[in-house]
Amino acid sequence: MMRTPSGHKVYAMAAEYPSAAALYEAAKIVRDAGFKRWDVYSPFPIHGMDEAMGLGKSWLSAVVLGGGITGLFTAAVVEFGPSWIIYPLIVHGKPYDWRTVPAFFPIMFELTVLFSAFAAFFAWIIMNGLPRWNHPIFNWERFGRASNDGFFLAIEARDPRFTEMEARELLERSGGEHITIVHED
Amino acid sequence: MDSASTAPDVIEDEASSSVEQRLRRVPLILNKRNFSWLTERIAGVVEQPAPRWWWVTFFITATIAGFGLFCLGYQISTGVGTWGLNHPVGWAWDITNFVFWIGIGHAGTLISAILFLLRQKWRTSINRAAEAMTLFAVMCAAIFPGIHVGRVWMAWFLAPLPNNYGIWPNFRSPLMWDVFAVSTYFTVSVLFWYTGLVPDLATLRDRATTKVKKFLFGIFALGWRGSNRNWRHYEMAYLLLAGLSTPLVLSVHSVVSFDFATSVIPTWHTTIFPPYFVAGAIFGGFAMVLTLMLPARAIFKLHDIITPQHVDKMAKIILLTGSFVSYAYAMEFFVAWYSGNQYEKFAFYNRILGPYWWYWWVGMLFCNFLAPQLFWFKWSRRNVYVVYFVCMCVNAGMWFERFIIIVGGLHRDFLPSSWGFFTATWVDVWTFIGTFGIFTSLFLLFIRFLPMIAMSEVKIVLPEADPHYHASALDHHSVAAGGKERT
Repeated sequence: MMRTPSGHKVYAMAAEYPSAAALYEAAKIVRDAGFKRWDVYSPFPIHGMDEAMGLGKSWLSAVVLGGGITGLFTAAVVEFGPSWIIYPLIVHGKPYDWRTVPAFFPIMFELTVLFSAFAAFFAWIIMNGLPRWNHPIFNWERFGRASNDGFFLAIEARDPRFTEMEARELLERSGGEHITIVHED
Repeated sequence: MDSASTAPDVIEDEASSSVEQRLRRVPLILNKRNFSWLTERIAGVVEQPAPRWWWVTFFITATIAGFGLFCLGYQISTGVGTWGLNHPVGWAWDITNFVFWIGIGHAGTLISAILFLLRQKWRTSINRAAEAMTLFAVMCAAIFPGIHVGRVWMAWFLAPLPNNYGIWPNFRSPLMWDVFAVSTYFTVSVLFWYTGLVPDLATLRDRATTKVKKFLFGIFALGWRGSNRNWRHYEMAYLLLAGLSTPLVLSVHSVVSFDFATSVIPTWHTTIFPPYFVAGAIFGGFAMVLTLMLPARAIFKLHDIITPQHVDKMAKIILLTGSFVSYAYAMEFFVAWYSGNQYEKFAFYNRILGPYWWYWWVGMLFCNFLAPQLFWFKWSRRNVYVVYFVCMCVNAGMWFERFIIIVGGLHRDFLPSSWGFFTATWVDVWTFIGTFGIFTSLFLLFIRFLPMIAMSEVKIVLPEADPHYHASALDHHSVAAGGKERT
């Protein structure tokens, strides 16, 4: 574990950028330098940043598909179970078995949407490792502006390619300002 | 040589800038505001101490809400006979209010979901408040089906559970579909709204000045830090929630309309109802969004964020959906005549000349059809007083429309010996007024404690949010912008 002379653990080498465009260009440089454990921070999602960072598509959509299928299946069980098997309810002399399925579509649709939405909601929280109490990046006092108008890039010390010299040089070359070491604790 | 080579450039530049001045898109955020101005202005509303008008208004609306809650208590403890309901009118103000409120919610979901999928960037200035309005409107709506069952403690019969004889509810009933549709709609709207709020709660957390605020905003912000690895999943979730909400919002009012359309009552038993109800819901909802946002914009000086362009676009949507609704009104009359069915024909004759005649002439004809015609003219869409007047007409008109459909259909059906007349009691009236108190109180609390404009979303529409934006483009832009702002 890398430590500073004062004995703090090093979390990352970080820099601030003046604009979204500058951050976008810097991300491409860091990506091409072959780093894997790094991230950019911005007050809003920047269009095209996923490609600039070399990230693929988010597979959150697969979780949502699973949620939707679960919802559809749940609705089928909730509807067919009681009205076909547990207590056949004959209303207006109409069928109560599988032939009644068109009348079950609305609830099937609703539960498909409901379960998909829950899946999407919990998936984005869990896949992002949230909720969490704190994060080392918050130890950097300039970082408060990341939710206002600041654009930041941090290369983490646990990246196998990380050396203090190389990271600092790379951030300088990419136009970073206020380059600093962020402590782990 | 130099002059010869530069001269054409200058001419071309001038030509392009003059064409640009005429054709250039008006920016969605005026006066070249930057990211931090947006944060300051929007978060500032929450961070300043509550102004005096807020306390006065909140006191009034909370008092009105109190009257409403008293009426609910009185109705529950005394019985459903405190309302004017009787044979043959078994549904009146209660279900009218339910359909009215649930319809208002639809505009919020249209703005947050459908306009998102259609890449309408102007939605970012109004989506947060419109979604909040959706939640509060659905809360007000949910009161009515709950209490109109009479014995409220039996409302659990609405749930998919067997009763004490082991009989399950009928899943083929539109009333059952309605329970699932409305509860799903509310839940998904809450999830979508909260997802959008998280980055803004992080902003408030980072700006918090006291430990308590930092703790509370910190809890609800979930530790959000704006990292792109997080934004990636977040954006996918947001897109999917928008995609799920889009058919959902269309389904909710369709299912509400099934409550009527699957019955045999003349004027109810029509296939036109689902699209007719959905269009009416969006129509009435946009009027309510403007009713709330125009005063909020004036009070908090948000004119650079909610610009005349935004008001203009919303007015156009009101005109569009109002035209759908007017078409449906006309088609109902045509089909009643063309069907040759004497009960249908009589019901529509009764609608315009029967005992509730003025509800139709004022509510449907004037408020819903004639008043929005003003929005064909640009001067009216650009005049906030005219816009406000039309929105008030639509708010009232949509309530009248639901009343005409419900009571107008019930009070004179097939058998003249079973005809009747509905008169509202003071409990009917004050329960409804009370829901306005609940709605406005909740909205006032919302603008007090949460950012009413989605900061993380509205920042994306600024030109400098584009990763390919460069300072040279800024210079060019400011030259082109030197002309008169077309707003």
